[in-house]
Amino acid sequence: MRTRVLIRLAVILSVAGMTTAAFAASADDFKAAYAKAEAAAKQAVKMKTAWTTTGKELKAAKKAAAAGKYDKAVEMADHARGLAEASIAQSKEQAKIWPDAVIR
Amino acid sequence: MLRKIFIALAIIVGTAQPLLADNAKVDPKADFKAFREYFLNKFPNLKPNDFVNGPYSMDVGLRKQWLAIEEFPPYQFAIDRGKTLMNKKFKNGKSLADCFPNKGVGIRQNYPYFDKKQGKVVTLELAVNQCLEKNGEKPFKYTKAKMAAVFAYMSDTSRGKPMNIKVPNDPGALAAYKKGEEYFYTRRGQFNFACASCHVQLPGKHLRTEVLAPALGIMNAMPIYRSKWGGLGTVSRRLTSCNKQVRAAPLKPQDELYRDVEYYLSYMGNGLPISGPSSRP
Repeated sequence: MRTRVLIRLAVILSVAGMTTAAFAASADDFKAAYAKAEAAAKQAVKMKTAWTTTGKELKAAKKAAAAGKYDKAVEMADHARGLAEASIAQSKEQAKIWPDAVIR
Repeated sequence: MLRKIFIALAIIVGTAQPLLADNAKVDPKADFKAFREYFLNKFPNLKPNDFVNGPYSMDVGLRKQWLAIEEFPPYQFAIDRGKTLMNKKFKNGKSLADCFPNKGVGIRQNYPYFDKKQGKVVTLELAVNQCLEKNGEKPFKYTKAKMAAVFAYMSDTSRGKPMNIKVPNDPGALAAYKKGEEYFYTRRGQFNFACASCHVQLPGKHLRTEVLAPALGIMNAMPIYRSKWGGLGTVSRRLTSCNKQVRAAPLKPQDELYRDVEYYLSYMGNGLPISGPSSRP
């Protein structure tokens, strides 16, 4: 009975380990995520709608990658891309609705 | 040949029409009237000229502190330094004063203006650096003490004079005015704030420990000595720091949009006295 439990546990742990290894981010994953984030950030700057937090998150992502923490680095790069895209969406929306706020 | 002329004409008409259509809607006088009425109705007990004193016009406690501070104004040294810088001889024997009408004395209320030749809004800060560069001198940094000092001196010589900004019936001037208005009312930054969010919707209210200033007359008070900064700041510095406060990446000092919003806001302050240099918490 005890042996069975131990075998099950070993199987579960090895499968879990394999799964984690399969989903662990690599340097290439980071490069891809970072490139997308950087492109979105540059677009936001060009549109004069960038947020200060985007740049900070990009820097932090690079730092995490340099320390070999690719999971974290990819997560941060994706977050930076999200921030940049949100700032672009804000700008596009505001371009249409800002006149509603004008004192008349 | 005829076909080419038609194509060229079509391009010209096609590109010019949106600008003309946009400018047809621009009515600075009507905007001015509505803006003024909004603030006078919002603060019926405030004398119009008192708006230029920002938060001190709407908070009794702060006003008392301010009046005490004004006995030995923290910007006095900057005024003196500005006078020296204004009259300091360049290598070519000229000075900053030579670049301005009346040697720069009593003219601050006319800035910014729309320069047709340059096709853009010229602020006082830009005019100072254009003068320096024209005379082969190194320009001042827009957010730093030397620029603030010259601005302070020029404002001091205009104190009490009514702001006098012109928006001529010129497509370029009207477009700049409109862009300034758009910048003022557009929400930006991660906090999703417009300039108007604080200075139109919430003047007199607290944002943490700060009492928000009304947009009316806000440019008349420039430059400002902020206790928070421990020094005097230009319009460039103020706009940059406002952007950062709402987590918007600031533009370069004297970016076209910053100059345009200064133009728009200064026009809204027309008729109210210049109160700069002034102090703020």
